[in-house]
Amino acid sequence: MTKTRSLRWSLPTLLLAATVDATDMPLNMTKGVTEISQQVYDLHMTIFWICCVIGAVVFGIMFWSIVRHRKARGVQPAQFHESTKVEILWTAIPVLILIVMAIPATKTLIAMEDTTEADVTVLVTGSQWKWHYKYLDNDVEFYSLLATPKEQIINRFAKGDNYLLEVDRPLVIPTGKKVRFLMTSDDVIHSWWVPAFAVKKDANPGFINEAWARVDEPGVYRGQCAELCGKDHGFMPIVVIAKSPADYEQWVNGEAERIAKAKAEEQELLAMNMSMEELMSVGERTYTAYCAACHQPNGEGLPGIFPALKGSALALENIPGHIDIVLNGKTGTAMQAYAKQLSLKEIAAVITYERNAWGNNTGELVQAADVHAVMQGKGE
Amino acid sequence: MSAVVTDHEHEHHDHKPAGIKRWLYTTNHKDIGTMYLVFALIMFFIGGAMAMVIRAELFQPGMQFVEPNFFNQMTTVHGLIMVFGAVMPAFTGLANWMIPMMIGAPDMALPRMNNWSFWILPFAFLILLMSLFMPGGGPSFGWTFYAPLSTTYSGDSTALFVFSVHIMGISSIMGAINVIVTIFNLRAPGMTWMKMPLFVWTWLITAFLLIMVMPVLAGVVTMVLTDKYFGTSFFDAAGGGDPVLFQHIFWFFGHPEVYIMILPAFGIVSSIVPTFARKPLFGYASMVYATSSIALLSFLVWAHHMFTTGMPVAGALFFMYCTMLIAVPTGVKVFNWVATMWRGAMTFEVPMMFALAFIVLFTIGGFSGLMLAITPADFQYHDTYFVVAHFHYVLVTGAVFSIIAAAYYWLPKWTGHMYDEKLGQWHFWCSLISVNMLFFPMHFVGLAGMPRRIPDYALQFADFNAFISIGGFLFGASQLIFVWVLVKCARGGKKATAQVWEGAEGLEWEVPSPAPYHTFETPPVIK
Repeated sequence: MTKTRSLRWSLPTLLLAATVDATDMPLNMTKGVTEISQQVYDLHMTIFWICCVIGAVVFGIMFWSIVRHRKARGVQPAQFHESTKVEILWTAIPVLILIVMAIPATKTLIAMEDTTEADVTVLVTGSQWKWHYKYLDNDVEFYSLLATPKEQIINRFAKGDNYLLEVDRPLVIPTGKKVRFLMTSDDVIHSWWVPAFAVKKDANPGFINEAWARVDEPGVYRGQCAELCGKDHGFMPIVVIAKSPADYEQWVNGEAERIAKAKAEEQELLAMNMSMEELMSVGERTYTAYCAACHQPNGEGLPGIFPALKGSALALENIPGHIDIVLNGKTGTAMQAYAKQLSLKEIAAVITYERNAWGNNTGELVQAADVHAVMQGKGE
Repeated sequence: MSAVVTDHEHEHHDHKPAGIKRWLYTTNHKDIGTMYLVFALIMFFIGGAMAMVIRAELFQPGMQFVEPNFFNQMTTVHGLIMVFGAVMPAFTGLANWMIPMMIGAPDMALPRMNNWSFWILPFAFLILLMSLFMPGGGPSFGWTFYAPLSTTYSGDSTALFVFSVHIMGISSIMGAINVIVTIFNLRAPGMTWMKMPLFVWTWLITAFLLIMVMPVLAGVVTMVLTDKYFGTSFFDAAGGGDPVLFQHIFWFFGHPEVYIMILPAFGIVSSIVPTFARKPLFGYASMVYATSSIALLSFLVWAHHMFTTGMPVAGALFFMYCTMLIAVPTGVKVFNWVATMWRGAMTFEVPMMFALAFIVLFTIGGFSGLMLAITPADFQYHDTYFVVAHFHYVLVTGAVFSIIAAAYYWLPKWTGHMYDEKLGQWHFWCSLISVNMLFFPMHFVGLAGMPRRIPDYALQFADFNAFISIGGFLFGASQLIFVWVLVKCARGGKKATAQVWEGAEGLEWEVPSPAPYHTFETPPVIK
């Protein structure tokens, strides 16, 4: 059901569509796929029905009164205006209802907060505007970025089924195991939310929060950042794939291998020189994925918030300074440290790109070895 | 209201400069009340225009009209303007106009401060609005300005934002002091505490809340300022601070602030319902106690905005229980209003229609509030459109509807003319239908999982958002009818009697309509 929506809405088709297509969107909270999410759903429905019943009674009486007790019917107004008995009654009844409601809510909350005896622990780190996952029991870590192409967002291409809810590398967890999530952030506050797990926890910079989920059904579960975290808050989705423990093991080993291989390649690269063409093409790709959100695709930045790279002294002169800021970020600003996010090759390429794109024609090439040298100088 | 006709005994006191000087120099509570109300209306339209930008962008998935950074500025400034520029000044305007007339006082107790507390407001909002034109734009961190997004990661306009919030705060504190001093000192002899109209009671309690929490807001914006510009680390873990501390301080202000925006509304509805039911308010004393309990509880529930920040279970439980408790006094109020209607002889003029809509729709907002109190469920609702639906039900169909009801209710007293009932009914029905098209579907969108404050969304939310946007445009357009009614009523119309409404009781209905420039220079006799 790929839906492409261009500016062709008219009011009648829209109202019609709203009734026909509504099945696309669930109208209620998800029951989710964990025991906890089911309990949360039950709490939600209980309190919802309590509200409905109270609403029906109160509004029922009110509308009855509106129909019957109107001057147009020639009624004479009564003059009563006090009754201590009634007041006590309608104070006490709500208190009792609330106590009944508080008991299951308390039980569920205590269960949700019990993160002990976890089988797998994943450190989830938010940063503007992507998630980083690190498996504390294995040597596996990676960034997870929005995979929806820019062209879909600016309405040049038709939007895919999972528009804005797709990432390049999803988090993978085993089914039937208690997975503990540790949340933190590199910059501002983010919030990691997967509705199907009923897990929403803020990722606070400098602090660690905990949450957990035990997923029984293999499947793909999608969520989004829930705390306003700046310009691209709407563009940092979460995708979690739950796999059977055997598949999960296989995936973890594969990932560990991939990461080890990439590290080995890094070392080989130090002795190699890449061509301008290759650096520029890798650089452009990396720039678009990691840098363009702030510095903009045209390198002009956003005046007053994100500095321009086009024609900037940093990108035209001092090469080590340029490498340093990309590697280590700039304290007190939104500029992140990319040393751990990107490979040496990507960093070399993106710096070459920044020094040769948009009329910054320095003609200078930066190689992986140059980046490595600055890194070593910093005592990495 | 420039052509105020006064009755003869007051005529010789009626010295006031002509033209703009009258409004600049005035210390008259009615003039100042009028200025507050007109200012609030203008801000309502400016904030509303920003909401239209938001709804236009969200009409379809994909980015169409604005950049994400500008979208965030719109949500931020829309919130700030509606809270501090529209709802709060409108209530202060009503307080200025009505409190002295309701308690038989000649004016507010501190008239010069009254002038000052109004006249700094336009400058506060000018500063805020001008910041939108700076390089990098205005504040874009949400009206709740969570650190470190508002400190390390904010734009250059943050200093202007902080300055503007300071001025708004000073204005509110001065207004609140004036209300308290007036009520304590200028009540007519015989106007005992438990004879005061509920509007006066609710405003008195509101004023105390304002005095207690506005300095907290001033403190937290100052900490944001020094963190950003002077190297302090209140909210920066790297310097020994804590970003969550910001939220504790902010919501210690922010939750009572929510009640600041609704308690006067309770007072208004408690005035209107008895008038049109032609029956005394049911449970006056319990209304006073319920309002006071809500005010006290408002200081004990702030962290329910922060369940997902990660707090100890004991903390979360405490805040959950206290929040659930608020439903009790709020329920008492709703039950009392319904009991007031019961066996009355009701008529349904525009003020009554808006008051009835308030009771139903505010209660719906209360229900979603009760749902949000349930911490485990809050984890699913938090920061989604469910919350957006919730607080717009209490603030738009709650606070704003009550202000509109109050305007219709007291317009004849202010202008001396009856408003156009037919147009008013049109305004009511258009607003009622469109506001529910606008906010009711947001509940579903939120439950389905759409986060708030995002400029673009997944395809499943598309149909609902298109529908919501249409509701939004219609609601915006409906408010133009209101302006039409107001202008028409100010210019002329059927002469209003002193009592205006058949069932109206209270001192404000004993003075002629329009109310003379000076009222109760000698205190009235309270029966």
